[in-house]
Amino acid sequence: MYFCTCEKNVMLNKKECVAMLLAGGQGSRLHVLTNRLAKPAVSFGAKYRIIDFPLSNCIHSNIDTVGVLTQYQPLILNDYIGNGQPWDLDRVFGGVHILSPYQGKDKTDWYRGTANAIYQNVNFIQRYNPEYVLILSGDHIYKMDYSKMLRFHKENKADCTIAVINVPMNEASRFGIMNTNDSMKILEFEEKPKVPKSTKASMGVYIFSAEALYKYLEEDEQDITSENDFGKNIIPKMLKNGLNLYAYTFEGYWRDVGTITSLWEANMDLLGVNSEVNLQDPNWRILSRNDAFPPQLIGENSTIVNSLITEGCLVEGTVINSLLSCNVKVAKGAVVKDSVIFENTIIESGAIVNYSIIDQDVIIGKKSIVGAPKEETNKITVIGSYVEVEAKAKVLPGAIVDSTIKGE
Amino acid sequence: MASILGIIFSNIHNKEVFEITQVRTIASAPIGGRYRLIDFTLSNLVNHGVNHIGLVTKSNFQSLMDHIGSGKEWDLARKTGGLVILPPYGINEDTIYNTRLEALKRIISFINSAKEEYVILTDCYHVCNVDFSDLLDFHIQKNADITCVYRTQKVANDSYYLPANAFVLAPNKRVLSMDVVENVNEEANVSVDMWILKRELLLSLVLDAMNFNSHSFNKDILKQNVNNLKIYGYKFSGFFGNISSLQSYYDVNMQLLKKEVRQELFEVKGRSIYTKVRDSAPTLYCENAKITNSLIADGCIIDGNVENSILFRGVKVGKGSVIKNSILNQDTDVSEKTSLEYVVTDKNVKIYNKKEIKGSASHLIYVKKDASI
Repeated sequence: MYFCTCEKNVMLNKKECVAMLLAGGQGSRLHVLTNRLAKPAVSFGAKYRIIDFPLSNCIHSNIDTVGVLTQYQPLILNDYIGNGQPWDLDRVFGGVHILSPYQGKDKTDWYRGTANAIYQNVNFIQRYNPEYVLILSGDHIYKMDYSKMLRFHKENKADCTIAVINVPMNEASRFGIMNTNDSMKILEFEEKPKVPKSTKASMGVYIFSAEALYKYLEEDEQDITSENDFGKNIIPKMLKNGLNLYAYTFEGYWRDVGTITSLWEANMDLLGVNSEVNLQDPNWRILSRNDAFPPQLIGENSTIVNSLITEGCLVEGTVINSLLSCNVKVAKGAVVKDSVIFENTIIESGAIVNYSIIDQDVIIGKKSIVGAPKEETNKITVIGSYVEVEAKAKVLPGAIVDSTIKGE
Repeated sequence: MASILGIIFSNIHNKEVFEITQVRTIASAPIGGRYRLIDFTLSNLVNHGVNHIGLVTKSNFQSLMDHIGSGKEWDLARKTGGLVILPPYGINEDTIYNTRLEALKRIISFINSAKEEYVILTDCYHVCNVDFSDLLDFHIQKNADITCVYRTQKVANDSYYLPANAFVLAPNKRVLSMDVVENVNEEANVSVDMWILKRELLLSLVLDAMNFNSHSFNKDILKQNVNNLKIYGYKFSGFFGNISSLQSYYDVNMQLLKKEVRQELFEVKGRSIYTKVRDSAPTLYCENAKITNSLIADGCIIDGNVENSILFRGVKVGKGSVIKNSILNQDTDVSEKTSLEYVVTDKNVKIYNKKEIKGSASHLIYVKKDASI
């Protein structure tokens, strides 16, 4: 899988395909979870962060040049990506690069939209003189071989290929829907149509032929009425002008984790031996930055059922249908059920946590009660980072907490 | 802080745990779910600012090289200093060394070209978190020529403890004499085979040894110079796991189940133990998992009972299987309805359905690498 034309490309100072990962979104629908960091840096699946998925996909798809566009709260994300070594993206030529908005000679700009963010970094792309540019977003969970999509793009001599996934008809009106002919050529693009004509939903993964991309970005920038967005402006204009746009159907697991509910659900999708995501696949490991923690220690009277637990954890209580990130402690008599717990959080003895997402470095005090059993409520409880829930305190189901909760 | 060069002897104790070292050096013996023995030595050095380390190898070091890589996990992939692998080489007949001193003779140019003021010499069979800064402070404060690290312990059972060098110390910790002790049922100040001295002194001692054709660091350098040099003993009293037989390998692993040992070894701020990252997925506990008092690394999939055991990365335990008092090394695959008790498996062992393998506390069963049962 790793053998390809990259050697040749190094010699020619050229990359066939460069990936640009849009990681600047605030993710306001994740509420307190994105108070301190950008959405792609949010913890996921016990030991990962969301951005590990697209970065791992890139390296497994033999794309070793990735620009990560950051804007909102970039410190933790930048730190996390570092020199890209955990993803094998520390390269002499290529590798991962953080692209923040910068002060230019003539003008200074925040990224105004997805297309504008790429426009401002065209210089970065052109350093590698690629034939193709892959645009990704940093808030989806999926394992995808982009090289197959690139082959499809080349075979169709397309100007742009958009990855789509078939969604149930009753959900199609929540997505950008592609209407295509039989050979998957896109005839029409509808953003969140009330009456969808197809179930092919855009995954936010685009491959552009570089020349077409440069031309349309330049034109879009001149258009003062444009919102500088790929979905709203660039794609419709390309279609209008009769360019070759194709839809590439991806089959497999794909989830947008932009809301509390979808984040919780996608985490739960990792449980069980028959999980669609299959984190254990040796040919498609999800790579991540690791801290140096010892293996998890499971104590004398603990109960663990159907859960995903990682390094540094100390479990002496009960963990059911839950995910524990690095260094989480669950004390004797504490119960964690149907919940997702981020790193360094401590659940003290006798505390009960139900149907919740608890951010990092939280203390859940002795005999406190967080949330209500999933059977009794449809509301997920969320506790923000560094919050202390004092002993015997009670956090109501559906609460979103970002400051200390007093005990009795 | 004074600059220190580290020199690690990776092979000196190979013969003692022959089961584990058939396919590797003692330094790369797996321990504690995700570590190799050398991780403790390397991390201890790195955590005290030692960033130029020579790793002396001799034989069977393929797995060690694989583990160490460029040294980046320990922050030792450097332009200046970093980790330097010192493979065996020699001229004429005496190509392979046997003792530490012989090894030092062969790496004399490495020692000579280093710029550091001090050298820490260390073997690689211990599981501990040593404060080397404190050792250096002690060494400087005593104005010592050589400081030897020791522990006060019994050397009782000869099948368990090997003959060791023990020091007789003055109240000020000066070494008065040293002797090999064996099977003595009282406490002795036993050397743990870690030393600190000035690099210039080491150079001159090794050059002398070349002239006089002497072979043993302990006998020909330390013991001979007890009166000529100021040799001091530094007592280490923290947790110390000493791997010197399969039984002690098992016991040290089991000690890591204790919370206080875990804290002392792994949870000291600024003194983490680093190891090679394997990017295993988190461990998946299935519907029928039942776990008691066990240390479990990432990448495992568990659907059976696990009790008082250590599971390394990538171990699978099938439905209905029971693992008790056992150590299962990396990628051991236990199918359904199998029962293991007092078993130590090496890497990549496959145990098929409905087997029962039972050792006892004093008679462990060792299953060698890549075996299928």
